[in-house]
Amino acid sequence: MSNLIDLEKKINSELTTKINKSEIKHNQIYLEIDKEDLISVVLFIKSNKNTKFRQLIDITVVDYPERTQRFKIVYLFLSHEFNQRMILSYDINENEIIPSITTIFPSANWMEREVFDMYGVSFKDHPDLRRILTDYGFDGHPLRKDFPLTGHSEVRYSEEEKKVIKEPVKLEQNYRNFDYESPWEGTKYINEQSKNINDKKN
Amino acid sequence: MTKKIKNLNLNFGPQHPAAHGVLRLILELDGEIVEKADPHIGLLHRGTEKLIENKTYMQAVPYFDRLDYVAPMNQEHAFALAIEKILKIDVPIRAQFIRVMFCEIGRILSHILNVTTQALDVGALTPSLWGFEERETLMTFYERASGSRLHANYFRAGGVHQDLPAGLESDIAKFCDNFPKIINDLENLLTDNRIFKQRNVDIGIVSKEDALDYSFSGVMIRGSGIPWDLRKSQPYDCYNELQFKIPVGKNGDCYDRYLCRVEEMKESVSIIKQCLTKMEKGPVKTLDGKITPPSKKELKQSMEALIHHFKLFTEGYRVPRDEIYTAVEAPKGEFGVYLISDGSSKPYKCKIRAPGFSHLQAMDYLIKGHMLADVPAVLGSLDIVFGEVDR
Repeated sequence: MSNLIDLEKKINSELTTKINKSEIKHNQIYLEIDKEDLISVVLFIKSNKNTKFRQLIDITVVDYPERTQRFKIVYLFLSHEFNQRMILSYDINENEIIPSITTIFPSANWMEREVFDMYGVSFKDHPDLRRILTDYGFDGHPLRKDFPLTGHSEVRYSEEEKKVIKEPVKLEQNYRNFDYESPWEGTKYINEQSKNINDKKN
Repeated sequence: MTKKIKNLNLNFGPQHPAAHGVLRLILELDGEIVEKADPHIGLLHRGTEKLIENKTYMQAVPYFDRLDYVAPMNQEHAFALAIEKILKIDVPIRAQFIRVMFCEIGRILSHILNVTTQALDVGALTPSLWGFEERETLMTFYERASGSRLHANYFRAGGVHQDLPAGLESDIAKFCDNFPKIINDLENLLTDNRIFKQRNVDIGIVSKEDALDYSFSGVMIRGSGIPWDLRKSQPYDCYNELQFKIPVGKNGDCYDRYLCRVEEMKESVSIIKQCLTKMEKGPVKTLDGKITPPSKKELKQSMEALIHHFKLFTEGYRVPRDEIYTAVEAPKGEFGVYLISDGSSKPYKCKIRAPGFSHLQAMDYLIKGHMLADVPAVLGSLDIVFGEVDR
């Protein structure tokens, strides 16, 4: 795809300062921008006659709890006219509120609701920011890395109370996560053990 | 005396035969006209993406069967392609043909279900009885190849789990000869049927612009006259070696989408036939021993093979750090996997892009101003399966 390189050049020349990093990988364009430029960049790539990214495929978030800018917001676009895909992303802090693009792409509505539901990222100017996939009255944001796989509560029908009740999760056996690192290279649990022993000695 | 007229709120589902699963639809009605529709989804949410993050790449495959459980292998395909692109492995040609063939069987499975249940929703019982018999035949093909009628777990990164059993190819060929007659029978019942047309023509019209704005894909976008099919525009596996046409609708209503699906079934039959003739003997998965487990025979002889087998089924293969979005043309539209690998044997993030999610989102736009009785017709033509919408 030689026109992919042209397309990248065009986008870069038009949006010069707004793009922090651009890259071509797997026949797709990867762009990194700043949060403040989101609306203008999205408007540009949707309407410009050389790009025509007319369809928003998905919005999602990647959670990196160890970074200072914890969340990476990712937008996937598709241009039918030029048969190209683009992945647009930017980083934000945990409690930052980001602009909604529902006015530009109506389909962003549910996608942003899902992001809010799964990661707790809030959107400014979203018409209807409710939870979407989780249960009514659910607590927490399940796709965050610090949310346990087994969840916090389980529900059951209580014969005494004649209704469905919530209880803390009780498991016969915890979910086991094995460490496959070679013991010679230092697995996590051995490292921690030896550290504890050293601490005690000191 | 003046009477106060209030809009009626109606709760449709989550247990309703025409809701195609567990959809809860809050409808605001003015008389019989729908003013607003608010779909409540998530009643089948199982946290697939979270589970995949905690499983190795091979263990994650069965979760894809449970998304759109009507065409399971099409989704495994997207996941397998994503891993293959990151690992940069080539798939043997026989495996490509097998995968494409089963994807097309999946497309027929899904379209039969959709066409016949849509007919059922608008009052025709017979098509579903005829159609489901064919689905049963197709599912036995699934069973013979993978051991399971529905949740196949058949595709692997680098090929498929095992070769086709003896005799399956000729049986599929036999099916391909008989099936066009069944499609004709279904068409005789529906295509010119007065009632079916009254219920579907000019219902739920989607314009080209709106189809793009609402992120429609698959039949939903082709029904509106946009010739877009990932099998043609961004071919994966061996689709560029096959000859097939893309049926496109004109008016973008429920009836055109029905016609598109029927035509697509005919094309799928032709693709399966081509796969069968072009398929040659050969390996069905990549020969890279770091990804493909050794054969049972080797296991008895070689220590090396035993070690590889143990490592592959405990730790799993490692996938280098990368980020990728891969999409396939599933029967319902563009099904994509956005995968982030971090060099370990588990995906760091796996976002699943389900076509039904954005189609159902447009329910409010589609149904506004229609009659209450059109709700099942529109819902039927969206081709919603809750496994993939709720994930």
